[in-house]
Amino acid sequence: MQDYLDLIAVFARLGLLAVGGVLPVLPDMQRAAVEVHHWVTASEFTTLFALAQSAPGPNMMVVTLLGAHVAGIGGGIAASVAFILPPCVLVFFIGRLWQRLRGRPWLPVVQTGLTAVTVGLVAAAGYLLVRTAGDDATALGGIAAATVIFMRTGLHPLWVLGLGAVMGAVGLV
Amino acid sequence: MTDKPPSLAALFGSFFVVGISGFGFVLPWARRMIVEQRQWLDAEGFNDLLSLCQLVPGPNMINMCTVLGDRFQGPLGSIAAVTGLISGPMALVMALGAVLARMSDIPVVAHAFHGLGAAAAGLVVATTVKIARPLALPRAGEARNWLSIGAALLAFVAIGLLRLPLLWCLLVLLPISVGLQLVWARR
Repeated sequence: MQDYLDLIAVFARLGLLAVGGVLPVLPDMQRAAVEVHHWVTASEFTTLFALAQSAPGPNMMVVTLLGAHVAGIGGGIAASVAFILPPCVLVFFIGRLWQRLRGRPWLPVVQTGLTAVTVGLVAAAGYLLVRTAGDDATALGGIAAATVIFMRTGLHPLWVLGLGAVMGAVGLV
Repeated sequence: MTDKPPSLAALFGSFFVVGISGFGFVLPWARRMIVEQRQWLDAEGFNDLLSLCQLVPGPNMINMCTVLGDRFQGPLGSIAAVTGLISGPMALVMALGAVLARMSDIPVVAHAFHGLGAAAAGLVVATTVKIARPLALPRAGEARNWLSIGAALLAFVAIGLLRLPLLWCLLVLLPISVGLQLVWARR
């Protein structure tokens, strides 16, 4: 039971803070899962995140995986619902006011201000993942190669993730 | 657009297909389904909805399901669309996780995870570059927004380097960032 309460408390808080999606809250999610609650090690967290990226669906699946890791299927569902419920309720009511809000000249300006912070937070998530996944020179090389492939080619992310897994399995990354 | 609003089953079913189609990037699939296949919104309506969803915390796609479901079928429509979107991926990812967790002691699987983690880290670094580029290198004719660059750097230092708690960072940074942009825009 305590596990469920912890999951709900952690992910409801993160859901409300998820300005710009899941990546901006990844550093805080890692701290809660690794340092505060000891649900996973730092490298297990990175693996769960990577698995979530390799599965279909919105990229919040790392939340489901963490919940399931802690408390099985019920935990996966509890963590996911806790994570999406606060923003859902918020956007539900703002959605109903949207007719009156849309087109206001200050909205794009507010968006610019939000996006700027989001960019910094996503960069922090990237830095965190590089530090945990890039634990040796070959891994750092693999990260650099994957980054370049993602940026320079239109290759589907799944191919690059699969390539990473194969390279890892044969001991090249 | 369409005369009769889509039913709860149609909302659930359509977003179920969207959910299991997109890997990481669900948005293009959602646009195709909503605008082209089902014609629930036109392109302009879709962009309007997206701008609302980006303004509010939470995953964009979940927000979009919530608002669109509500427009057609009220709160139950929201629930149908959101559960449709996430139920397939959730079942799949938990099954995958359960299988792989048992195999993680096998050295070759552990090594594969190592490589997968590196690729995922690369994905996030590439995402960072993609969204940071418009700040650092604005399009021709647009002035560089130094306020945005400053806010992004502050957020990176606070969370990435100093590892300060996110709640306090957002409570301080968001009002400053948004407020300064509003003041700047008035000039």
